Amino acid sequence: MSGLLQWLFGRLPIGWLQLTHSRPRFAAALAGVAFANVLVFVQIGIMNSMATATLKPYGFFQSDIMISASDANSLSEGGNVARQWLFQALADPEVISGTGLFIATVNWARAPSSLALTTYGIDPTLRQFLSPELARKSASLQLPNSGILDMFSRGLPRDEAAAIRPQTPTSFEAAGTTLTLYDTFQGGGGFGVDGYLLVSDQTFLTLFPKRSSAAPNHIILQVARGADADAVAARLREAITDKSLRIRSFAQAAAEDQSYQQTQRPTGIIFGFGVIIGLLVGVVIVYQVLSTDVADHLSEYATFKAMGYPQSFFLGIVLEEALILAVLGFVPGFLVASGLLVGMKAATGLPLAMTAGMAVIVFIGTLVACSVSGAIATRRLALADPADLF
Amino acid sequence: MSEDTPIAVTGLNHWFGTGEARKQAIFDVNLQVKRGSLTTLMGPSGSGKTTLLTLMGCLRDVQDGSVILLGHELNGADRTLNEALRRRLGFIFQAHNLHDSLTALQNVLMGLQVHGPTDRQAQYGAARHALSLVGLADRMDYLPANLSGGQKQRVAVARALVGNPDVVLADEPTAALDRESGMGVVRMLKKLGAARGTTTVMVTHDNRILELADRIVTLEDGRIVRDHAQPPD
Repeated sequence: MSGLLQWLFGRLPIGWLQLTHSRPRFAAALAGVAFANVLVFVQIGIMNSMATATLKPYGFFQSDIMISASDANSLSEGGNVARQWLFQALADPEVISGTGLFIATVNWARAPSSLALTTYGIDPTLRQFLSPELARKSASLQLPNSGILDMFSRGLPRDEAAAIRPQTPTSFEAAGTTLTLYDTFQGGGGFGVDGYLLVSDQTFLTLFPKRSSAAPNHIILQVARGADADAVAARLREAITDKSLRIRSFAQAAAEDQSYQQTQRPTGIIFGFGVIIGLLVGVVIVYQVLSTDVADHLSEYATFKAMGYPQSFFLGIVLEEALILAVLGFVPGFLVASGLLVGMKAATGLPLAMTAGMAVIVFIGTLVACSVSGAIATRRLALADPADLF
Repeated sequence: MSEDTPIAVTGLNHWFGTGEARKQAIFDVNLQVKRGSLTTLMGPSGSGKTTLLTLMGCLRDVQDGSVILLGHELNGADRTLNEALRRRLGFIFQAHNLHDSLTALQNVLMGLQVHGPTDRQAQYGAARHALSLVGLADRMDYLPANLSGGQKQRVAVARALVGNPDVVLADEPTAALDRESGMGVVRMLKKLGAARGTTTVMVTHDNRILELADRIVTLEDGRIVRDHAQPPD
């Protein structure tokens, strides 16, 4: 390693030699950087899983435009939309079909705890609005009080989920109605929900008798092939007289939901702060290591100053140390965080995973944070006065 | 002038502190040091000899008067000039100030690498040679913690001399050495003066080495009170 660094720098790798001179201190420094990396990785992993979980239900449907109430910041939040606007939207020459989407939560009482299932009600005959997987399995939804369950629902044993088939349905009672599950689909729990359930709009209204078929949560539309969804949405905003409605492309609605979850919901803000705190912890740890190292070698640095070494030489040593700590601290941090995310996924059912993108971002962030720490630590170099050596 | 007189000090005054605490340490010092000579600065503690040495070595800013080092005026010199001039000097400190994480060989290499990247093999060869000259051929890969005080000082001497400096400034270089080693170091400096024209200015209290000095300058209370040139051997 020393030879490689000497070849790279064209000089003795003083930073490396200083860091490795005291093995226990070096190990402690690396553990500190790795710890900060783990903090950041876990926070980013949770943020990513939140984004994945937010976008997940959008993938259950195929739509180009969504009409929502003014306070509908996410798919499952906000008031209802009058169905009359569906008919007005269908008057647009480029809107080819539309339907209402009903959303509420069904609790499946189970021992030891019940499952909170976000339930979507939709006209099962309009299969074009469902994802290919759901469309393929939607025939059973035309039966009264039937549903398709998220096979990855948190708290639902995998073998029990696998046993739910059209030939071997299972039933449970919710809101005084016996609901029969005929099939499963690939969903996955989110932060505020254990899983998802898809039912017909008629079954939904049976489960929630206070809801009206004339007031779905959202209206979803499909436009003609080749039509620009954003342009059609803009035209609908002009045509529909209720200006409080949010009329957006489906993709824009998903993006705004994600942004809302990350920047306005407490969970997103907390995890965002977690990332910042992790970075700050890393900066402080590396600064502490480097500034202590500089303080311990002030007389040697002063000697080098007396010998005529320029300021850039000392900055190079400190940055060399910072980058070594960043690179070598990242590796154990990455490995530990990967293991933690796997464990957390198994424990919570959240879509937590280490991704290449996360690794690259955190690695670059570590390099930057360590460089910043190094740059701050070099201020102590000013204390190295060669005149004090005599 | 710089060819034969690498160090020329004229009307030098120096103060420490500010305001009422300001105290003058050097009073109107004038000194011309000839090329290739071995000059010793003597005097009691607090007489200003170390301050004079640091001013000549551009380790302190010249406040009043003139110090011309290797043809360059140090009064008003900027950092770049100071650094460039320091690279032509060899410093030997009383405390060896070796880098504790570098081996003896690596410490000596630092005296060469200050001149920038050059032939690595040649650098290592020169560093090994310098260590051999101070009798440490068998200690090249030792860390300072595993060397005796005298051995550390000899590594510091090798580090100061390995770059063939024009001027060597030494502060009590023999203090940590036994008589034989101390005399060996001073003889080496003397030999360098004769062979390469290296000029040495040395602060010392060691009377044993006075017989080797070309000139003995004595300071008291910041003033030169005696300047005695010895006849050549």
